[in-house]
Amino acid sequence: MVTNKKQEKFWYFLFVFPALFAFIFVVIIPFFIGIGYSFVSWNGLATSKTTFVGLQNYRQLFSDVRFGSSAVHTIIFTVLSVLFINILGLLFALMVTTKLKINTVARTLFFMPNLIGGLILGYIWKFILSDTFKAIGEQTGWTKLFFNWLLDPTASLWALVVVITWQMAGYVMIIYITGIQSVPDEVIEASIIDGAGRVRRFFSITLPLIMPSVTICTFYTLSNCFKMYDTNLSLTNGGPGTSTELFAMNIFNEIFSFSHFGYGQAKAIIFFLFIAAITLTQVAITKRKEVQL
Amino acid sequence: MTRSQRNFGKIMYSIFVLALGILFIYPLFIMAINSFKNRAELYMNPIALPHHALWKNYAEAARKMSFLNALGNSVFITVISLLFIITFSAMCAWMITRKNTKLSRFLFFLFVATMLIPFQTLMMPLVQMMKWSKQFLGLRVLNTYRGIIFMYIGFGMSLAVFLYSGFVKTIPVSLEEAATIDGCSSFSVFWKIVFPMLKSTTITVMILDIIWIWNDYLLPSLVLNDKALRTIPLSTSSFFGVFTIQWNEAMAGLTMTIIPVIVFYFCAQKYIVKGIVTGAVK
Repeated sequence: MVTNKKQEKFWYFLFVFPALFAFIFVVIIPFFIGIGYSFVSWNGLATSKTTFVGLQNYRQLFSDVRFGSSAVHTIIFTVLSVLFINILGLLFALMVTTKLKINTVARTLFFMPNLIGGLILGYIWKFILSDTFKAIGEQTGWTKLFFNWLLDPTASLWALVVVITWQMAGYVMIIYITGIQSVPDEVIEASIIDGAGRVRRFFSITLPLIMPSVTICTFYTLSNCFKMYDTNLSLTNGGPGTSTELFAMNIFNEIFSFSHFGYGQAKAIIFFLFIAAITLTQVAITKRKEVQL
Repeated sequence: MTRSQRNFGKIMYSIFVLALGILFIYPLFIMAINSFKNRAELYMNPIALPHHALWKNYAEAARKMSFLNALGNSVFITVISLLFIITFSAMCAWMITRKNTKLSRFLFFLFVATMLIPFQTLMMPLVQMMKWSKQFLGLRVLNTYRGIIFMYIGFGMSLAVFLYSGFVKTIPVSLEEAATIDGCSSFSVFWKIVFPMLKSTTITVMILDIIWIWNDYLLPSLVLNDKALRTIPLSTSSFFGVFTIQWNEAMAGLTMTIIPVIVFYFCAQKYIVKGIVTGAVK
């Protein structure tokens, strides 16, 4: 039996080791090194000195105006995006869950932007929101809506919301479709007999029953919008000025553009704590709203 | 309502939904039409159709982006990373789900909890580690395929292990026990019996990871500085860095980068939808 135990241990090790090895070197060790770096002051050059500064990097965050404003942009952007993505995604889902042949085509079209990477979407929309919008404005005279969005600080933040909504609405649509299809037909039929109209039926029956999907979609969109970097980079690059610099971009610039390695890493740690706190709270809240049949 | 009235309503509704779908992807259409114009024509009217197709833009963009090279790199990195992610995560997930010890539960918790760590928190230490591994171990990670593939394996583990263990729980153990009694080692039990049964999860992991790795920008931008190793997002971003004003060529470049994605989408559509649903619901 002794050899058997040993053998079992050997197999356990053999199966778990490769996964764990890569995971430890790429995620776990860097995470702890990162915590270490957040307590030092260093400009990233191997030749220059690193000095231990304790919590000073974290204290400095409170007086960092640019970080503060990037926090505000990120929150505004995330709230608007999560709202629009979920409303549009849900509308699309409701629209294409009827028993019509056209639905497959429509789903394909609505979902398509999701497969194209954020960086590339940003470049496509950069052309549309700047040159194309300007040209449309000049031709139609509707200059209130059609102007170069990327030159105006407010419009430019909205540009990010538009692009991310365009990208992710199709993704949440897929999840909402699954939710809607799992609502039992009898419940819907019963409500029709009781005389509930479309709107009433949606708010009193469908919506409470698809709350699990709402939880998933809010969680997914919240954490993705909060971490968004590549569309931010390709569409506005933080501009005009720093008016659309989001959290993730601010951290990247602090470390790799300004070479404040320790300070930037402190920001990155705060960023992690923020994301963890928000997503965990969000899941706890919406989970409570779920109804079981 | 008569039958024909209802049919008419259905047709009108179908047309409405279809029109909305087409309007939704209209930006892609604008991109495509402008990729065939010359500069003057593009600036005169970005929404008009081109007078005649100017294929030259594509040739120019392909040359400036080293498109074929980037495509090759993207395919290579995505495929190899995926093979390793699937193999290692399935093996690991099966073992830690079946051998329900304290260690297993701890490992599972570790994989799942770290999903909350954003990449931005790890990127700087990773860059430092790449420098150290060259300096102290003489092992080059920066600007190598093996470097970036190793990192994708590490980052891909959490979600894949999580998805596989969820599925392993639903498989009855009796089959595996029977095979063990027949004299199969753990290795052959896994590869001959368990792994084929995990097929649906394998497809889910494949879809989610292909979308992620193919479109990833930040990690390759830190690991692959060498022009010859650039993936598609990297070559697109460097193309825009230098030639932003040449929108007609840029549009041709973007159209080219999207074509492989669209082809993949139409080939694997059924699996993509299934993959996303299982990936999300878990």
